[in-house]
Formats: sequence, C-alpha cells, structure tokens
Amino acid sequence: MSVSDSRAPRQDAQAPLLEVRDLKKHYPAARGLFRRAQRVIQAVDGVSFSVARGETLALVGESGCGKTTTGKAVLRLIQPTSGSVRLDGEELLDLPPERMREYRRHMQIIFQDPYASLNPRMTAGEIVGEPLRNFPAAGGRPRQQELAWLFSKVGLRPEAMRKYPHEFSGGQRQRLGIARALALRPRLIVCDEPVSALDVSVQAQVINLLMDLQQEMGIAYLFVAHDLAVVRHISHRVAVMYLGRIVEVADRDTLFSRPLHPYTEILLSAAPVPDPHRPAQRKLLPGDPPSPANPPSGCRFHTRCPLAQPVCRERQPALTERPGGPGATPGTQWVACHFR
Amino acid sequence: MKHEPNGQAAGAPQAGDALLEVDGLSTYFDTVEGTVRSVDGVSYRVRAGRTLGVVGESGCGKSVTALSILRLVPTPPGRYAAGEIRYRGVNLLSLTEKQMRKIRGNRISMIFQEPMTSLNPVLTVGRQIAETVMLHQKLGRREAYARAEEMLGLVQIAEPARRVHEYPHQLSGGMRQRVMIALALACNPEVLIADEPTTALDVTIQAQIIDLLRRLQAQMGMGIVMITHDLGVVAECCDRVVVMYAGRKVEEAPVAELFDRPLHPYTRALMASMPSMNAGRARLAEIPGMVPAPSELGRGCSFAPRCAYATGRCRAEAPPLEAHGADHVAACFEVERVAREPRPAAASPSRGPLRAAFDGTLA
Repeated sequence: MSVSDSRAPRQDAQAPLLEVRDLKKHYPAARGLFRRAQRVIQAVDGVSFSVARGETLALVGESGCGKTTTGKAVLRLIQPTSGSVRLDGEELLDLPPERMREYRRHMQIIFQDPYASLNPRMTAGEIVGEPLRNFPAAGGRPRQQELAWLFSKVGLRPEAMRKYPHEFSGGQRQRLGIARALALRPRLIVCDEPVSALDVSVQAQVINLLMDLQQEMGIAYLFVAHDLAVVRHISHRVAVMYLGRIVEVADRDTLFSRPLHPYTEILLSAAPVPDPHRPAQRKLLPGDPPSPANPPSGCRFHTRCPLAQPVCRERQPALTERPGGPGATPGTQWVACHFR
Repeated sequence: MKHEPNGQAAGAPQAGDALLEVDGLSTYFDTVEGTVRSVDGVSYRVRAGRTLGVVGESGCGKSVTALSILRLVPTPPGRYAAGEIRYRGVNLLSLTEKQMRKIRGNRISMIFQEPMTSLNPVLTVGRQIAETVMLHQKLGRREAYARAEEMLGLVQIAEPARRVHEYPHQLSGGMRQRVMIALALACNPEVLIADEPTTALDVTIQAQIIDLLRRLQAQMGMGIVMITHDLGVVAECCDRVVVMYAGRKVEEAPVAELFDRPLHPYTRALMASMPSMNAGRARLAEIPGMVPAPSELGRGCSFAPRCAYATGRCRAEAPPLEAHGADHVAACFEVERVAREPRPAAASPSRGPLRAAFDGTLA
C-alpha cells in the first residue's frame, strides 16, 4: 500500500466529522486551610476547532496547556463545563448516557502508556475483543475471524492473542491498543501522545502504522502530542494551545513554514534540529508558564511575549483568519494575536 | 568567574585535556536466567570543556556505563567484569567505597532525567545544596547556604534568596532540573554526567536547560557526558558522539563527521527513523523488529537481525571497531556498502517573522 507524499488537507465538501465550539473545562481548585475564596482552574477555556473525515488534526502545546483535557472532553471521558461537541452533526454533550454509549463506538482513544491502559489479567485476544463483546453487531464477521483480521492489521501474529500484556514489548503493546481502538471501525480516534513513550525506531513503526490505517480506513485522528517533529510528519492541520486556549490553527505546511503567533514561533524554534552545521537560531522563552488557576488577563501569553503592548493585558485577542500568500486556500491560518 | 573552586586538585585542566577515560568497560548482571552483558567492552574519553554525546535506545547500556563511572551499579547482581575507568590516572574501579565518596558529587557528578525522584522531598533545596558543599568542601553552615543561594542564581532561578528555603514540590519541573544542575555543580566538578537531562521537560524548557549547560560549561570548564536518545540534542550541544547498541559502542566520531558520514547501519537507521530527519518523506524508515534483550545476544553482530546490510559473516562473528578516516571508528563489516548510500537529512527549521523583535528582547 502506498501513502501519498503530500499530507495536504482534504478538500471535503461535506460537513466536518467533529465540530467543537467554545469548549470549556473548569476545575474547582482545592480550598486552602482557612477556606479562602474558591478559585477555578481553567484547564480548557473556550476552545473551538473541527476535524474533517479522514483528517489528522494535531493539538500541540506544553504540559498543562489543556491538550489532553480537550481530547478527553471531546469523548466525554471528562464532562466538559460548557460548550458544544458535535459528531456528524449530533450534539454529544446533551446525550443521555445510553445514547452516548452508542456514539462511543464511533470515537475511540489510544493512550500514551500502553502498559497502563491494558488489563494485565486479560489475554491480548480478550483485550482487543472486548469492544466487540460490548457492541456485538459491529464487525459482521464471527468474532474469531474479526480478531485475526485486527491482529494482522496492526502487524501482530495471531498466536499473540493468547499472550498477556507483560509478554509484549512497548511497541507491540501500543499495537494492541490500536487494534482495540480499531475493533469497532471508529470514525474518529483521539491519540493521546501515542508514541512519546516509545524508542525512536519503534516510534517510526507505530507512526507508519497509524498513517497506513488512516489511508485505508478513512479514520480521522485528533492527535494530542508535544513532539513537533512527529506532529509535522503525521498531521494535516495543527492547533497550538497555550494555557487552555488555542492561539493558532493552520494547515501543517503553513504553520511550520510561516508561524504567526509569537508562541508558535518560539515553540517551533525551541525544538532541536539534528544538523550540527546549522547554528541554533533559538529564541528562549523566559520563565515558566503561569498557573492555569490564575491566568494572566487579556492575552494569556502577554507575560512572556516579546511583542506585548498594554492592549494585550486588557483585551483577549480573538482567533481570526489571516490572509495567506498568493493562491492560498481561504481558512488555512487562524491566529489569536493583536499584532499578527 | 565568581566562584573559585575550593579544594580543587592541583593543576586545573585545560580545555581539551582528557579527564576521564573509560577503557574496555564491561558491566555484567548475574541473574537467574544467566549473565546479562549490559555493557560489553565500551571505551570513551571525556575531555575538559567538551561535551561527549552518548546515544542509543533503551537498554543499549548508555546509562549503565554512566552509573559504572560513579560506581553506582548495585553489586550484586551487577559486577564490573572487565576494563578500567581512569580519572586523573587512578582506576576508579579499584578505589574503596570511602575513597569513591570523595569523588562522587565532588569531582564527578551526575544529573538524572527525573529531578523529582532525585531530590529529597522533605529538605529545602538550599539545605540539599548546602549539605553537599559542607561535606565535600568543608564549608561552614553560613558559607554553605551562601553558596547554595549563589548556585541557584547561577542556574538562573529568579529570587534565589527566597527559593533557597523552598521544597522541591514548590518548584516547576524546569526549576527542579535547574536545582539538580546547581546541586551537581556546587562543588565545581571536573566531569558532569547528564543522563537524559531534558527528556522529561517541555521543548521550551529543554531549550533553556541546554542553553544553561552550555553557558556553565564555558564558565566552569567541566567535561560533560550527555546521555540521550535525541539526535537533535546531540547536534546542538555535543562535540563528539558515541553511538551504542546492545551494550557495545558501534560508532564514534566528531559530531559534524557523524552527521555527514554516518557509517554504521544502526546510526543511519536511527537517523532515518526520526521524523525530524525525514525532510519531505511520506514514510519513516522503520528499523524492523526490536532491540534484543541482552540475554538473547548471539555470537555475531548484535544488530545483524535488524540490519538491511547483514551478511552471513555478520551473523557468525562480531565485527571489531575499526578506524575509517582520521577520527572515526565503526564496528561493521559492510562499511563500504553503507557509505555509498545517501544519508538521511534534517528537515528545514521553521522560520517566523519574529527574529528581529526577539533578538532585542530575549537576548
């Protein structure tokens, strides 16, 4: 099977598969000993994006930016505080639990730590077959046959079905997690740092597998990651998050060749380039990120931004579309910055 | 320089002088399933003011080699089966534990990947640094705390006078790693071993830490051993690189030479499988299979089962390290065939319009 070279975004006339509008997740902060005024941690604070069928949208950002919370809130593994999540036009946040359960078959998740997400007392066959037991109508084929097909899809031998998770290597465990996610032929898989716990050479195997499966089965990925090199390789579009908000969304090539938000630019320049002849052209970001329990006013990046002006402290910049270069497709780059 | 080392051994080394020599080191572990050869005949040299990168995947022996230098391998089950580790002409493996304690954390120190697990959670960071200098440098309490504060300032922690009295849990991940560096450098060591010092950190914090290590090295002149799996980190901060696979050194060269002319198939495969070295390629090059467990190593080259160039000879006998060029060694029978293939190239870095604005503000 061949994979086309360009990861250009699909121009799909249809409505997006997943549409997220103004999603918020606020946690109450632990109260102090003397019951100080209760604060709220704004883990995700008004995030909007959409994912087309068969598309990979990456959510990138550093620890605590809310990317994982966003991924889990989309699946309602975490109940969002407010906002809207539509899958194929159906509003998920209003669904009663039984109806939500039906929708779960269309949306699966792969976790970062494959070992922690596999039940050590179940065999590989039982683990991958569990979704088929919960949703019997899914495959159409007898379960054993379906299992064998799933194992071969992710590059595991059928004998592996009888083994337990501890008998697999890290990369193979991640393949098991992928097989389990595939079992119900979902339309969307949330990949939460799926390769960051793996060695480089094994990482490449899993990335290729995910891309092959997308090509073949038309699955959309919401790819949560911090590794920009991996994101650059696998995504069609990229959304950059900082302290609970999206600061920039663009198609992959635009973002990496012409980042507009100051934070995106710093983030991209911070990643080390494996070329000793190229002197590091790095901009160091001063200090540590502020706490989401007490985020800066206005633009949340203004405390560390080299372009910051008084207006940044006062007004939150909206995520708005930027004109691309000549011949650029409309809607390719959206930025939340007063000066860009 | 602000802090002159106290009790520094006579004759401060010049940049480029060999400080530490690992010579044919073998560290084995005796387990119920047999002997595990975690490190098998590894040699490298650490020079003053230079950074040696040690690269490889999990289980290649890069960390066990580093732990062996500090004699931190638990024995048993571990044992130093062969070789020497010479520091200033003395074989560290022959020292008593008491003698070793004078070197560890004082002349040779180490920083680890997980700063939270290597700091004591119930002591303030100032006390942890102060204790180290009181022990090794025989400073009084007050002077030791002053030194702790100075060290925190040196690693660019804001408000060191306040942070000295804080506990590790009150600091962010990046700050904890800076505290670890302050602790490791408090006694002005000649050799600093950094074991994946930035792996657990975010990229912008990683950039800060690498920049800090480089600046401190220019100031204090220590030799650094940078253990990492990230070739990007190697390209940015190392002068020389050792590539390890399954307990052995498979290639060593100056950093530019290694990236321009990688000779071992494993080095090449490692580069080709990194997304950041796949400019414009649709598929990443995979290394088939996985790293062999040390217990299942055969007679031949340990990379042969995964190697695209392997021949019958590779499976039958282990290739020795041989010189290919003035300052480049590799352990492979098929070097000539490998060298004819084009090498993997790095993706071009992203360029934003900010450069000028940043150069002023963030210098």
